[in-house]
Amino acid sequence: MNTAAFLFIAILTLAGALAAAVLPRLIHAALCLVGAFLGLAGFYFLLGAEFVGLVQVFVYVGAVAVLIVFTILLTRREREKDHASDWGGAVVALAVFVGLLWAIFQTPALAVAAPGIEPLTVRAIGEVLMTDYVWPLQCVGVVLTAALIGALVLVMEEKR
Amino acid sequence: MPGEFLDQIFVGAKRYILSFFVGAPEWLVRLVSSLITILVLIHVFLGLFALMSVLERKILARIQNRLGPNRVGPFGLLQPVADGIKMLIKEDIVPARADKVVHFLAPIMVAAPTILALGVIPYGRNMTPFAIDGGILFFFAVGSATELAVFMAGWGSNNKFSMLGAMRAIAQMVSYELPLILSVLPVVMIVGSLSPDAIVAAQSGYSLGVIPHWFVVTPWGAAGFLLFFVSGLVESNRTPFDVPEGESEIVAGHMTEYSGFKYATFFLAEYFGMFAISGLAVTLFLGGWNAPFAPLRFIPSYVWFFAKLSTLLFVFIWIRGTLPRMRVDHVMNFAWKFMLPMAFACVLAAAVWHYQARRLAGWLWSLVIVVAVYFVLSRLLDARKKFAPRTYRFAE
Amino acid sequence: MTPTLQLFLLVSAALFCIGLLAALSRRHAIFILIGIELMLAAANLNFVAFWRFDPQPQAPTGVMVAIFAIAIAAAEAAVGLALVIAVYRHYRTTNVDQLDQLKG
Repeated sequence: MNTAAFLFIAILTLAGALAAAVLPRLIHAALCLVGAFLGLAGFYFLLGAEFVGLVQVFVYVGAVAVLIVFTILLTRREREKDHASDWGGAVVALAVFVGLLWAIFQTPALAVAAPGIEPLTVRAIGEVLMTDYVWPLQCVGVVLTAALIGALVLVMEEKR
Repeated sequence: MPGEFLDQIFVGAKRYILSFFVGAPEWLVRLVSSLITILVLIHVFLGLFALMSVLERKILARIQNRLGPNRVGPFGLLQPVADGIKMLIKEDIVPARADKVVHFLAPIMVAAPTILALGVIPYGRNMTPFAIDGGILFFFAVGSATELAVFMAGWGSNNKFSMLGAMRAIAQMVSYELPLILSVLPVVMIVGSLSPDAIVAAQSGYSLGVIPHWFVVTPWGAAGFLLFFVSGLVESNRTPFDVPEGESEIVAGHMTEYSGFKYATFFLAEYFGMFAISGLAVTLFLGGWNAPFAPLRFIPSYVWFFAKLSTLLFVFIWIRGTLPRMRVDHVMNFAWKFMLPMAFACVLAAAVWHYQARRLAGWLWSLVIVVAVYFVLSRLLDARKKFAPRTYRFAE
Repeated sequence: MTPTLQLFLLVSAALFCIGLLAALSRRHAIFILIGIELMLAAANLNFVAFWRFDPQPQAPTGVMVAIFAIAIAAAEAAVGLALVIAVYRHYRTTNVDQLDQLKG
């Protein structure tokens, strides 16, 4: 694994996420969120899980981000700006971060380098999906269908 | 094999250049190798883009009984150079109320994914620029980023026409992404791989020595190819599906507020998108770089690939010269009510073909399925009977 | 030096807290959804990182969990955004502080 690549991706991801969290304009935040998701996909590539990275780009950039910008457009009003106002949230987030940092640095077993493994092929994932994970796969299918129908019912115009 | 040297000439040339870097560290060799590939890829397709832009105008002119560009250079072949210079010296206008950053980033974001998508297509034997395991998934993953870029263009311009055009473009691209991907599904199912190289390899070989094993000669493959091609037309916003940028309705859609080189970038992205979709169609259904007949295998593989690609591009232009623009609601209805069920029928037909041992019986059964679904759908969607005969109340 | 598991966990923790910040301090419903998505993504990164740094190469468990989590997150985003639109139609606002009535 490449340290330079790791640093670059980490900066891209965290900067994108931070911008998505604090930028006042929604559209900018949504676009920065896409940057963060692309960075995450880069992490998955770096970790040798190509398939997850591709799925991440496909689902988040192709579908979720488009959904978010559509929703922003459909709910647009004159007041578009929304400043982060609540300092309590920032304090809680910082406290959680410090707690997590403490936990991570307390655990000595974490400072390990990656073992050499064989690349995870799409074929291997497909075989596992069709054997060990076939029931979860079906359940996810049902959940996605239910979510699709539910979302449609929610946004349908009420007949008067 | 005859013609081995000519077939591998580009691969050999790259290997020759890399032989200068024998003692160099590994990362340098990989960097140089990637850079060579990228440079060649971009320049080949930029050349094709220039050629295509003038040929399209020529062919459209022929279809409309005109001459087309014929002033610049022999047969007007230097027209793209003149166009390029014109685009470069135009003023770059950014609207005062535009979102400057988004407005600036949009053309880059439109062009980048299409170039990336070109990187996974096998152009010839051993000539896949970046052979990754999930190549097909990569193609669609980066392709789906274009929608967001189109949105950025529409929103960043702060213009009603741009926004309307962008919304139309996204709506139709999202709708047609389903049939596009579902028509690829049978191929992936039959080959059992997402890698473009494996898909091309599965289509080599000939029945009876003449009929190539391309997927387009099976019923599900033919239907899938048509679905894929029509969806590709929509994804690249070409006539008859150029609703998002219909000149007579909304000026130029999401490109309205762009001028000069940024406009040229959008133009380039549209053509690169066409190349990518056509290249993938060739790879998936038309046998990739395989020769159509066994005795013709002495002709280099990349020649076959680009011959097939040019044929598809010609069809793109031909359709543009022939068909009028469709209405927005018709475009959407067509996607959801016809293309999607047909794509599912293709999946079913491919499964039947596979489990009948890929013989003639399976061929006929899958033909029956595709044709039956087609007739049922066209009967259900037949809109003619819903209209009463037209009466002219005030005209007479 | 190559990145260790610790570094990945650090990035993931930072990502999670940024998501928490967005979900807690913003008042716009879509920002809250963005925050939730970021937190889910941070969890996913942890799953894949733990799978990769497992000393014995094993079945791709972490990868599988990540794939399923992405699918569920997509469903969650679809329903959540549909809810935002439905609420907006009803109350003409997306500010979660103003949604304080039980009466429709």
